[in-house]
Amino acid sequence: MTAALRVVAPGLMTTLQDLGRPGYQRLGVPISGALDHVSLRAANLLAGNPPGMGALEIFYQGPTLAVETDSARIAVAGGQTPIDILSPDGSAVRRLGAWESARLLRGQTLKIGALAGSAIAYLAVEGGFAIAPVMGSQSTLTRGGIGGLQGRALREGDMLPLRQPAAAEREEAMLPPLDLAPPPRIRIVLGPQDDHFTPAGLRTLLESPYTISRASDRMGMRLEGPVLEHSPKGANIVSDGTAPGSIQVPGNGLPIVLLADRQTTGGYPKIATVISADLPTLGRMAPGAKLSFSTVDVAAAESAARRLAADIAAMAGQIAPARRGLSIDHAKLMAENLISGTVDAREGT
Amino acid sequence: MREIELRSGRRGQANPNATIYGKTPQRRRAPARAPVSLTPRPIAEPMPPSPQPRFLPAGDTALVVEFGDRVDRTLSGLVLALARRLEEAAIPGLVEMVPTFRSLMVHYDPLQLGEAQLKGRVAPLLDGLEAAESAGRRWRIPACYDASLGLDLTDVAERTGLSVAEVARRHSGALHHIYMMGFLPGLPYLGGLPPEFELPRRENPRIKVPSGAIAVAMSMTVVYPLESPGGWHILARTPAPLWDMRRNPPALLAAGDTVTFEPVSLREYEALLAQAAAGELRLSPEPAPREQRA
Repeated sequence: MTAALRVVAPGLMTTLQDLGRPGYQRLGVPISGALDHVSLRAANLLAGNPPGMGALEIFYQGPTLAVETDSARIAVAGGQTPIDILSPDGSAVRRLGAWESARLLRGQTLKIGALAGSAIAYLAVEGGFAIAPVMGSQSTLTRGGIGGLQGRALREGDMLPLRQPAAAEREEAMLPPLDLAPPPRIRIVLGPQDDHFTPAGLRTLLESPYTISRASDRMGMRLEGPVLEHSPKGANIVSDGTAPGSIQVPGNGLPIVLLADRQTTGGYPKIATVISADLPTLGRMAPGAKLSFSTVDVAAAESAARRLAADIAAMAGQIAPARRGLSIDHAKLMAENLISGTVDAREGT
Repeated sequence: MREIELRSGRRGQANPNATIYGKTPQRRRAPARAPVSLTPRPIAEPMPPSPQPRFLPAGDTALVVEFGDRVDRTLSGLVLALARRLEEAAIPGLVEMVPTFRSLMVHYDPLQLGEAQLKGRVAPLLDGLEAAESAGRRWRIPACYDASLGLDLTDVAERTGLSVAEVARRHSGALHHIYMMGFLPGLPYLGGLPPEFELPRRENPRIKVPSGAIAVAMSMTVVYPLESPGGWHILARTPAPLWDMRRNPPALLAAGDTVTFEPVSLREYEALLAQAAAGELRLSPEPAPREQRA
């Protein structure tokens, strides 16, 4: 029988994602990929995988998965998510935190509850999922039915085939949790169509708090707050390209930040673009959360990208063997600030 | 040698003499010869689009090279010509390019290539840039203009005062040029819509537009490769799969190609659809007409 994880409960919106499929945007194919690639990389490092390997992206409410192979090593990164390992009869084997790997045996079940401290977490399996990449990527684009498991989110009863029938013999790994607290302000570069807004409209964007709408998805984060005033140039443009983090403002004046599954082109003016270093931060922010913006120039955005890449590179050096029986006091680690702030970049694309 | 104006910073404080922009055709007549007067020179009629685009930042991973703000074949030709030159230049750190109606979106990796550096690489490639002749392929795409499939066909006929048959005849007979691909995998934006069909988008967008729907709005036609929400007026439906993962590349069409629609009956449509489902409907582009080779 093929090694697999069986989906007992799918969670709210669980999809397979990696670093995305750049290279096909001119055909209209979105890049997709992890909303928070920093946590994706962390999960893979813990599981002993290359950092960009496909893993399950968990949104808000995690799945329950049964192990249908001799053994499997898993790791979850993102937030302070409680993970329960249950025996076949449903009794608890142990509780695991995020940011450490664990070996599960056949028949055991992994139950991930409601996420805390982040809207997004990643579950990586040692060796990865045996799912053929589509156009170079395992990422799921549900809107196009492309990639992942049949181009859709997980459903109850799905079998997720694994590349590795058994976990390698080695010590479990842990990582000091990343500081996932959102920065006071999300950094943006103005343009390309900031001239479609009045000075008052630009001021509103920079001076007002916005709330992340529940109508947000992997394509775009809709923001609720004061309306941005368009200039006489108006709310329609002859369609042009979009970028990851483009903030488009349709006629109703409410901004939408374009995320991983964003359309490649669009006909609404884009007032600004979230810098690449702040996109994973944005990706892990939950609906209902508040955010505000500050502007930087492209040079500052580039140095932020470099800093984040350096932090990501340093992450591998922070992997430590997990002491058996000792659970990590995450709150303490966070308080001691063992890891520097936001870690991020767009390496590999 | 053409003078290239590079603008750092976010929005170009455009030299009004240097670019023709939108509806303000103020461009110096003669090719660059310094010093340039900064006084806009009134001219009698709009000049052709300038090959001196604006650089607009789209964050730290994308740069917009914008040639204008209209749907225009010359602009589109310049965009495609620059895309070709950039492709040949194989610049390390340049990830991919998306040609659009009027601008080229250049996606890059800021860890390998800075914005300033990228502008420095693009600028010399603008020198002597000419709108690419349609080197694209020519397609005849089967289309069924039956009211059971063209859900807005009757409505559009009423709004234009034409018969349904005449709508089908005029729309299918027009030469449609693909300005860009976008919105959905494999979805082409076609220009060349006869002006009588220029309608605003539907007031109530449909939640589900079926795959293969051929729809019009403003001055364009789109063909939906996949089922999708959409607010355009559906005139017809094609059985041709515009997006097929069994194909490489999966997209049938590309920016720069031209399309005419070949009307087919409902019965032919259904037969072709069955062929397509079996992966047996293979469309090939037509050979280029002689005058294009000359």
